[in-house]
Amino acid sequence: MSCKVVTITSGKGGVGKTTTTANLGVALAQLGKKVVMIDADIGLRNLDIVMGLESRIVYDLVDLVEGRAKLRQAMIRHKQFPDLFLIPSAQSRDKMAVSPADMVQITDQLRLEMDFVLIDSPAGIERGFRNAVAPADEILIVTNPEVSAVRDADRIIGLLEASKKSQPRLILNRVKADMVKKGEMLSPEDVVDLLSIKLIGIVPEDENVVPSSNAGEPVTMMANSRAGAAYKEIARRLTGEDVPLTSIEEKQGFMKRMSRLFGGK
Amino acid sequence: MQEQAIIIKGFRDGLLVTLDPNEVWQELVDHLANRIDENSTFYTSGGGRVTLDVGARPVTRHELGSINAMLDRRGLMLVSVMTESSTTLDAAAALDVRANLTNQAVTPASAAKEIEISSEEDGSSGVMIRKTLRGGRTVRSQGHVVIWGDVNPGAEIIAAGDIIVWGRLRGNVHAGANGDESAIVCALDMMPTQLRIGGYITVAPADNRRKPRPETAFIRNRQIVVEAWK
Repeated sequence: MSCKVVTITSGKGGVGKTTTTANLGVALAQLGKKVVMIDADIGLRNLDIVMGLESRIVYDLVDLVEGRAKLRQAMIRHKQFPDLFLIPSAQSRDKMAVSPADMVQITDQLRLEMDFVLIDSPAGIERGFRNAVAPADEILIVTNPEVSAVRDADRIIGLLEASKKSQPRLILNRVKADMVKKGEMLSPEDVVDLLSIKLIGIVPEDENVVPSSNAGEPVTMMANSRAGAAYKEIARRLTGEDVPLTSIEEKQGFMKRMSRLFGGK
Repeated sequence: MQEQAIIIKGFRDGLLVTLDPNEVWQELVDHLANRIDENSTFYTSGGGRVTLDVGARPVTRHELGSINAMLDRRGLMLVSVMTESSTTLDAAAALDVRANLTNQAVTPASAAKEIEISSEEDGSSGVMIRKTLRGGRTVRSQGHVVIWGDVNPGAEIIAAGDIIVWGRLRGNVHAGANGDESAIVCALDMMPTQLRIGGYITVAPADNRRKPRPETAFIRNRQIVVEAWK
């Protein structure tokens, strides 16, 4: 299977890009795929913490770009998933240390051996974002059902359209079904209506996420987390599988409306 | 190529690159690429934001795209274009880069009438855009503006003439921006964040969830009035 480079971005900060990257990495590894995750947030690295790998960092992305480390030296292998790797970011430099061309060069090398490269983009629309999207075959936009997040997502989609990147897909994160029903939260329909892009998954609000991040074990590794189940579905859709929506909400009406948003049934 | 064909100066938090209006475009791009590569740490250290002054030359979208790509490969970002040509203005808009007309600026606050409205039989000119305007985009025109698509919140249209949105209007619009109070704004679903005609301003009423219906906004009795299409 040829390699797919997927960039996870959002515009707005704090919507769940890093959590999504970590969990999709685990979910894809659980499906038997060879995955490298790259933390492209130079200066404010987080992916290593969420994956529980910070104590094992010897070389980082900037070391790799500047030739102080070879590719395999900068790749940290996960203890539980031998085909899941992380290239951490640098803590003490800034986004100008890496260029879009550097990112393309690194992913070109990784394409030879990996099934997926997941790139965790920083927030914003400047150099860090452009570094992260430069090598992408597929771009996932993470947003929350909340006005500012959706506004920023729209801006990002506009920038991607202008630079002719392929159509991004949307992950709607931290949805609280009961608040949507009561009209207190933007519904997935409202969000897709405005952003006009295809949905690849809806991740419900899950109180297990914060303790998991703190423990360095993404929720997808737990047996019964709702967010984990959603991430597993998104991972399957990323591999090209046609996964129909499973119920995150029992009510018939809600489910029917959701399936329309996935562009089908 | 003469040295003066490309002039590079420090500007705001980046560079101002002035290009000779007569040299062959691709040669200018290649020459600029060489100059940057010869001294790359100097050029990329300042923040990397490039303003391009192309003068009266009409630059196509393809040409602007090629210089944009060349700069991007070197870690620089094209943030703004100064031009005297509306062709270049459109090219910049298509690439989502800010552009300023240096010989005639559109000033929304100006009260003077700067354009004549042509006779009703002949009609008057404008621009047509066949896609949704996403947040962050600005469209300017000395004529009318027609959008086939939505205008999302955070998008902005400033027109000396009328504005017609065949879709949902949720952004900011300013019709009659040079002072023409007979300008109109139409939309299939009128929910603008801000609506201005000439010197008047209004916002959409707060009721969401009502059914969308085509409406026209215009000035009557010194205020903006919105009427449904019948």
